[in-house]
Amino acid sequence: MIWAGILVGCLGCYLLKVAGLSVPARVLENPKVRRISLLVPVALLVALIAVQTFSEGKDLMIDARLPGVLVAGAAVWRKWPFLVVVGLAAATTACWRLVFPGS
Amino acid sequence: MSSGSEQSPDLSAAGALDPGADRIWSAERRSVIGDAIGVGVATAAYGVPFGAIAVAGGLNLWQTMALSLLMFTGGSQFALVGVLAGGGSPFAGAATAVMLGARNMLYGLRLAPMLRVRGLGRWTSAHLVIDESAAMAFGRRTERASRLAFYSTGLSIFVLWNLGTLVGAVGADALSDPKVLGLDVAAPAAFIALLAPQVRGRAPWAIAGLAALVAVAAIPFVPAGVPVLLAAAVAVVAALLPAHLLDGRDR
Repeated sequence: MIWAGILVGCLGCYLLKVAGLSVPARVLENPKVRRISLLVPVALLVALIAVQTFSEGKDLMIDARLPGVLVAGAAVWRKWPFLVVVGLAAATTACWRLVFPGS
Repeated sequence: MSSGSEQSPDLSAAGALDPGADRIWSAERRSVIGDAIGVGVATAAYGVPFGAIAVAGGLNLWQTMALSLLMFTGGSQFALVGVLAGGGSPFAGAATAVMLGARNMLYGLRLAPMLRVRGLGRWTSAHLVIDESAAMAFGRRTERASRLAFYSTGLSIFVLWNLGTLVGAVGADALSDPKVLGLDVAAPAAFIALLAPQVRGRAPWAIAGLAALVAVAAIPFVPAGVPVLLAAAVAVVAALLPAHLLDGRDR
């Protein structure tokens, strides 16, 4: 099952890349296509951030992940490099768990 | 990559007339390749947490490597692993990954006139179309420099991202609980970094916020993986609304 999902996902991602190099650029001139293409990735990313920060299975919870994600947001806002953003977030969450075990 | 070594007509003509153009090109080539290696190294360091998270999320070493070798687009890989780790079905994970990968298609539309690849070249070049290779190719002075930036960045990242993934995946086995290192926030942190340059104006933020709210509210009621798909649906509906509601004065 996991393999099937992985292969379907890989194939889909690859075909989108090929399509980008193959489809005439005119397609993007359609304003609806353009807006969908701009908005969907943004909505997906924000939703992924929210879901991965607040969910534990089917439960919603606030725990040590939230301070890590907030620090990441501040680091991105300060335009710090990618690695620093990820490293600071992980370190913040790890320290939080040390100080507040079980969070 | 055959197309990468082709002479671009604009520069070869200039070089014949002006020997200085060759010097400019060799300096530009050095800087492009230097950047490509730098971005590759940064990506490798980011591949390590990906490998560790994937294994911690329940994938084995081969599945993790298949993602980095075959999917080769970091955001989608993190998304698929995140959905699986949250208990979602592999197909919900695949659907999320593919939708996130749609931005690579947009890069391709803009890259196509620079790369001018056909046949087999198109099928091999396509694999290298990712955030970083596209960003490095856009905004160069000549097509020749754009092509060099695209291929050198793409190949450098392909090699180093996979190396980083391998190190992380092997290392994660040795690590009893990735939560101790806070690795479970590496993916959301990375998503924030990916998101920032994509959003301009207030309307997209408002729609994204609404989409995220719908996703979080749905968590207790639908299978894992589905909340994120609902967010995408919200975005599609919003994008189909009349343009003046969306664009407003923001753009």
